[in-house]
Amino acid sequence: MPDAPLIWLIPALPLAAVLLNLAFGDRLGRRGVGALACGAVGVSFVWSVLSVLRLAALPVDHRAIVEPVYTWMRVGDLSVDVSFLLDPLSAVMALVVTGVGFLIHVYSTGYMAHDPDVRRYFLYLNLFMFSMLTLVLADGFLLLFVGWEGVGLCSYLLIGFWYERPAAAEAGKKAFIVNRIGDFGFLLGLFTLFAATGTLQFQRLFAVAPQLLPAGGAVVTAATLLLFLGATGKSAQIPLFTWLPDAMEGPTPVSALIHAATMVTAGVYMVARTHVLFQLAPVSLEVVAWVGGATALFAATIGLAQNDIKRVLAYSTVSQLGYMFLACGVGAFAAGIFHLMTHAFFKALLFLGAGSVIHALSNEQDLRRMGGLGPRLPWTHATMLVATLAIAGIPPFAGFFSKDEILSGAFASGHRALWVLGLAGAALTAFYMFRLYVLTFRGSSRLTPEAEHHVHESPPAMIVPLFVLAVLSLVGGLVGPPLVEGGHPFARWLAPVFAGGHGGDAAGHAVPVATEGLLIALSVLAAVAGIAFAFRAYLWSPATATRLRERLSGLYALLSHKYWVDELYDAVAVRPVHGTAQAFWRFWDTRVVDGIVNGVGYAFEGASAILRLFQTGFVGTYALFFTLGVVALLLHFLRH
Amino acid sequence: MIPLSWLLLLSAVLFALGVVGVLVRRNALVIFMSIELMLNAANLAFVAFARHLNSLDGQVFVFFVMTVAAAEVAVGLAIIVNLFRLRETVFVDEINLLKG
Repeated sequence: MPDAPLIWLIPALPLAAVLLNLAFGDRLGRRGVGALACGAVGVSFVWSVLSVLRLAALPVDHRAIVEPVYTWMRVGDLSVDVSFLLDPLSAVMALVVTGVGFLIHVYSTGYMAHDPDVRRYFLYLNLFMFSMLTLVLADGFLLLFVGWEGVGLCSYLLIGFWYERPAAAEAGKKAFIVNRIGDFGFLLGLFTLFAATGTLQFQRLFAVAPQLLPAGGAVVTAATLLLFLGATGKSAQIPLFTWLPDAMEGPTPVSALIHAATMVTAGVYMVARTHVLFQLAPVSLEVVAWVGGATALFAATIGLAQNDIKRVLAYSTVSQLGYMFLACGVGAFAAGIFHLMTHAFFKALLFLGAGSVIHALSNEQDLRRMGGLGPRLPWTHATMLVATLAIAGIPPFAGFFSKDEILSGAFASGHRALWVLGLAGAALTAFYMFRLYVLTFRGSSRLTPEAEHHVHESPPAMIVPLFVLAVLSLVGGLVGPPLVEGGHPFARWLAPVFAGGHGGDAAGHAVPVATEGLLIALSVLAAVAGIAFAFRAYLWSPATATRLRERLSGLYALLSHKYWVDELYDAVAVRPVHGTAQAFWRFWDTRVVDGIVNGVGYAFEGASAILRLFQTGFVGTYALFFTLGVVALLLHFLRH
Repeated sequence: MIPLSWLLLLSAVLFALGVVGVLVRRNALVIFMSIELMLNAANLAFVAFARHLNSLDGQVFVFFVMTVAAAEVAVGLAIIVNLFRLRETVFVDEINLLKG
């Protein structure tokens, strides 16, 4: 490894692949573009590992490598550098993004093997990797914002990848517009911060923030709330979560990479990155915690009644992101990032497994037309079961450790109500995930006859990533075991980043060991209850589910229609805006603007009506005028 | 010795004939000939004055005019030939594409 850290290579490699794909993609062929995309991300992953090892070799207090690349702009006193920051937090993010990203790239070579436009697919996917890595490695809000918008763009492009399907095009637009609303808040937050402190470089900002921004003051509260609005857009929290379920119109590996494992966690990362500011604004933290807790439960209830396999997973993603915000809000930032990492493993696995099922069933996504697939898709089944156990929070799978840490963090910080919300959400999560599992893999087959014929296990390019992710979902949580005095290894790794704040993840261990043990037992009990009920309702006595649905038909309608949130937004926001735009178009645009433009034209036409009579088109007439002119001139000169 | 006034009168008559020819005839070739007539009327006036004033300047001017006229004939005839190839007519009132 050379002397300079060369962090910029991590995002630059996928960008290089984008440029190569643009220049030579048509000559590389289908396998060539896939190999190029996977290779670039793979090398980027290896480079991330080497960089992180280098970071780990430094003494604990110096674990932050800042690498200026060049000066982006210099205006008066303001100078903005493009510089990258590798510290324990961005190291975790870079490893997750490149690692999971690489697996999903490999998976995509199998999943998209029959798509005619595979080159464009990998182009977008690599562009996404570049933007996401810029986002997590940026050493300032401005560069972070570049990545932030870049991933938003790639998300839009990939949701609408099959643009000839109207639903996909609509979903892409919806994702983009809803994210714009959040980004609007994000930008205002940046402006506020810049006006108050004069810098957007993270380390300078965090150093001056405690002096310049009075704790609990209006400025820092407004700025952090605006930043959080951006996070709710990107990370699909109440009130801006509606785009994520629709985003499932994109190819399934895209859902796994962008809309589950990486991009949607950008909001959580941003809040964790700016924890110094959030800790100066207790009100904002409280808002973050409550929005997160409410979203966790709210989305979980919607997930109970969805029948599209990907939509169930989408609502589950919204719900899990809520847990991460809940953790950040109660000050347990390390727990939030821990859950972000384990969630990336098992949720990517769930989506890729769902993709494998969809692939096997010739694009069937409806749970009601699945069932009994366990023996026919043995690898998919086994890996999906691991992921489902992980998200349900059953020890020793990864999700158990991180979710438990969040819940005990909430409990320890005194947010008992949030803890109850989280516990209820955990039980619901276990229930709807096992509902999905049972409806897909257990029981008897409800496949359509044509799907029945083609059922086949996926090719190795798809199974191997599933397997790797299953191993990660199995052991990934072991870096953060509970009940360890002084914090577990993962928390200690992140400690240099979060140490500056008060509370920090020490909050996660402020409860006595006995209490923590009790909390763990309670949440495992909740998960087991959820699982048992799912098996009872959907496998052992299917009548239970029907009976329940009939008895609670009102509630069921509410849930299956997603609380009519989309309809509400449509009525409150979309239609009024649309109507106003129509009115402006009809009056201002067609009458006023077009009126002026056309009026100028008509005025000249009218004024020229007389002059036009002289232009007869006959040469004789022109010659006559010419002669008359000469005669007139002659007379004029002869008179004097 | 013919008096100057007679020569100038002849020149004026020829010039007027040329002007009328340009204005009333439809055939581009005839219009062209009328223009030549006007040029030569001017030439006649030049040489008349040259003799009257005992100066060579007018004669030199005539040579210039004839040179320019020759060049103009070459270009003008080329235009008319091309016009005929394109429109199969040399009547100027049928050539009115530029009418506004």
